Amino acid sequence: MTQYTGRPLNRVDGVDKVTGKANYAAEFDVQGLLYGYIVNSTITKGKIRQIHTDDARRVEGIVSIFTHENRPKLAWFDLSYKDQDAPPGSPFRPLRDAQIQFNGQPIALVVAETFELARYAATLIRVDYEQETHQTDLQANRHKARKPAVGMATLFKPPPPDPRGNFEEAFRNAPVQVASEYVHGSEHHNPMELFASTVVYEKGRYKSGERYTIYDKTQGVTNSILYVSQVFNIPFKDIRVISPYVGGGFGSALRPQHQLFLAVLAARELKRSVRVTLTRQQMFTLGYRPATVQTVALGASSDGTMTAMYHDGVAVTSQFEDYTEVVTTWGGLLYPAEHVKFDQKIISLDVATPMDMRAPGGVTGVTALECAVDELAYKLGMDPLELRLRNYTERNMNNDLTYSSKELRECFRRGAERFGWAKRNPEPRSMRKEHTLVGWGMATGIWDAFHAPARAEAVLMVNGKLRVSSATADIGTGTYTIMTQIAADTLGIPMEDVLFKLGDTDLPVAPIAGGSWTAATVGSAVKAACEAVGEKLFKLARKLPNSPFAKVRFSDVLFAEKAIRLKKDPAIAIPLQTLIDANGGAAVRAISTSVPNLLKQRKYARNTHSAVFVEVEVDEDFGTVRVTRAVTSVAAGRILNPKTARSQIIGGMVWGISKALEEESVMDHQFGRIMNHSLAEYHVPVNADIHELDVIFVEEHDDIVNPLGVKGVGEIGIVGMPAAIANAVFHATGIRVRTLPITLDKLLTAATTEVSTS
Amino acid sequence: MNLTLGTLLPTNESPSLPAIQTATRQPVTLTVNGVKTELQLAPWTSLLDALREYMHLTGTKKGCDHGQCGACTVLVNNKRINACLTLAIMQEDTQITTIEGLSSLDQTSSSSKLHPLQRAFIDHDAFQCGYCTPGQICSAVGLLNEGHAKTADDVRELMSGNICRCGAYPGIVAAITSVMDSQPTTV
Ligand code: FES
Ligand code: FES
Repeated sequence: MTQYTGRPLNRVDGVDKVTGKANYAAEFDVQGLLYGYIVNSTITKGKIRQIHTDDARRVEGIVSIFTHENRPKLAWFDLSYKDQDAPPGSPFRPLRDAQIQFNGQPIALVVAETFELARYAATLIRVDYEQETHQTDLQANRHKARKPAVGMATLFKPPPPDPRGNFEEAFRNAPVQVASEYVHGSEHHNPMELFASTVVYEKGRYKSGERYTIYDKTQGVTNSILYVSQVFNIPFKDIRVISPYVGGGFGSALRPQHQLFLAVLAARELKRSVRVTLTRQQMFTLGYRPATVQTVALGASSDGTMTAMYHDGVAVTSQFEDYTEVVTTWGGLLYPAEHVKFDQKIISLDVATPMDMRAPGGVTGVTALECAVDELAYKLGMDPLELRLRNYTERNMNNDLTYSSKELRECFRRGAERFGWAKRNPEPRSMRKEHTLVGWGMATGIWDAFHAPARAEAVLMVNGKLRVSSATADIGTGTYTIMTQIAADTLGIPMEDVLFKLGDTDLPVAPIAGGSWTAATVGSAVKAACEAVGEKLFKLARKLPNSPFAKVRFSDVLFAEKAIRLKKDPAIAIPLQTLIDANGGAAVRAISTSVPNLLKQRKYARNTHSAVFVEVEVDEDFGTVRVTRAVTSVAAGRILNPKTARSQIIGGMVWGISKALEEESVMDHQFGRIMNHSLAEYHVPVNADIHELDVIFVEEHDDIVNPLGVKGVGEIGIVGMPAAIANAVFHATGIRVRTLPITLDKLLTAATTEVSTS
Repeated sequence: MNLTLGTLLPTNESPSLPAIQTATRQPVTLTVNGVKTELQLAPWTSLLDALREYMHLTGTKKGCDHGQCGACTVLVNNKRINACLTLAIMQEDTQITTIEGLSSLDQTSSSSKLHPLQRAFIDHDAFQCGYCTPGQICSAVGLLNEGHAKTADDVRELMSGNICRCGAYPGIVAAITSVMDSQPTTV
């Protein structure tokens, strides 16, 4: 039987998704459902003096209005509000008190018999505020930069390592130097699905009294149940969080969001089922990728050997949580400069807390770094690809460990070949097509290959079908499909006979789905659970009369085509159905926990890599930029499903185009409010913006990262893309735009200044 | 417990002022996927909310409610429209087709009866999270009905009212052009 893993198979949830049968959090039908609509603060900092809800309450069909004034007593300590992705600090608590900490903060929930009524009544609420002056501008507050607090989150996001060598001196002595500042705006995830929670309240059906079944938009049902249980002091057994389909996450659903809190609060108080859905505008009140300012300085000898490297960055956070991400240290993973110094700071402003957003920190830092490397290549008069090869490293210099595998060289080779990089004329403005300037740029990408503990269950049922489950999520990543493949292969059962279930707190626990670790983490658990079932089947097989397996060991057998077989002679076999029958007609089940082999992993640096090649066309008159073609060549260990993995990389590349050229949450600092809080004004790519995108998966063998040898592909697709685009824009125009996104105004202004100064 | 307004109001706010009557519900008849249904709807109910909240046809998605994303695309008399930009009451005399009506799919979920575009979307992996997908497919049906798209570039341009945040655009274009190519050309 051919293996399923490694093949470009269609998604197992495809039919559900193309027929509209896939149900997302706001789409579960409940009898007598009430609708909640959130009211947001219109000031940025201060206090609610009075909140007038009387007009709203007069609307017929309004059931209740919750504000800080009538909020029930809830958990007191900050700790209860800390979810699994909470940064150090005190998490925001909706309706806690009269204090306003950021613009758009939820200050009331209107609950009504219909959505339309709740929305209307919300417009009748008037609020008197006591305003204080706020600070929301990163640039204006750079003097307040400080070191972030340390907490649980620091484990995954360590602060920069100590300096190595003597950067200042090495840089001073370097014959070739570059030093620039890079500015990125903030970005909101904007998954297509609006954030929603449907809380089904039931009474009397269970001994304990109340029962909450919560359909939540989340990247981790376990995170949601922990939060609800702690904050509302409801025992676990009375809560079930379900999330079979998630309409995009990108990090935004890693933390429980306002609507979950408010929907549970209303359901508990009203003893009714409640749904709260955010509007698109309200999704701009959630976390976001923070705005940053970075400085990168590189020094090299005239043959291109990098000797000195400096990278610092400041990022925005809220006044109440120290959100951080790893921005400035990636240079130590990519280049072997001996004299390095990294620094990373944050600035607390009157804004919501930022959140992890696709390749958090990675895409930010690598973009600046890889633009600086391109600048260095031009200073040296060297091909940017050659410069990267000159400074190739087999070790992560920050922790001085060898990579468990690193096929970046092969990524460069194959990507360059597919793209035709050798034909590039390095001279800026040397390529043109009528009135458009053509530019070719490249960059390197890197991301972590994480692996965390998880549990999974496998049940070989009496009808011969295999049911496998783990409380993980499929946010479009293909989890359903790849887990089905892994399970089918492990026990030699056709994929049609395997059902994988996820997104339900009744299932064995798995961590939040983020950081590209789900394939490795949950995949290893699924494999372990299926293997455990396999061992039980083996024991059953040995006990059968005249068993051909009586004298062999487990390592001598394999599972294929619905049978246990001898490896030496697969024709010697016992059908699985016979074994189930031998089990007294009972299902064979096993729950397994997969734990990373830290002893083995600790000795190696574990990362995914990519090489990105991009062509842009820039209209000389209008300054508009189009990415006409791009090749991303990826080394990410074993690829379980090249079809869904390719989609993830393409998605990441589209995000890279977006970050480089389109998206930015633009704030009016006078009001502290985001001005473009709609999909018409917040630009993300549409179909017409996306042209030829090509993905290459380079073969990479790795038996250290995890038992499956996979490294995850959710983030690596975006990481190198923005820098490659910015570098291509420079090649096309001769203009370095160091402030993202590269919009036409920036290009045109730079063009005019350059013309007038030359 | 029988909940009345009074039990939930804080005592300091007496409801002495008269209640505000809003739009009252009235019968609205919609023909969706060939089936006529009479609903009780307030006139301010959008077609999108009527489908999702009152008829439980949740295949049609809400991504913005402002005509900016295309997630709510349905076919009205075979033309694609944004269901969030029309009121249900305005569609009483029209034929509405939603994603649920595109395939003759039965409960057994056999994929053989899928619409060719649905099949092509699966084969070309033209989605990830699937949230924009029903809108994309309905929009693509409308696009083929219009008959203006001749090339992949035309498809890109004419499908640009449907945002896919997952960035599945290359797959979407491949899926649509594959169906376009296999169709007999009618001008
Ligand atoms: S929901 Fe109608 S266009 Fe976005
Ligand atoms: S598939 Fe997720 S938005 Fe299109």
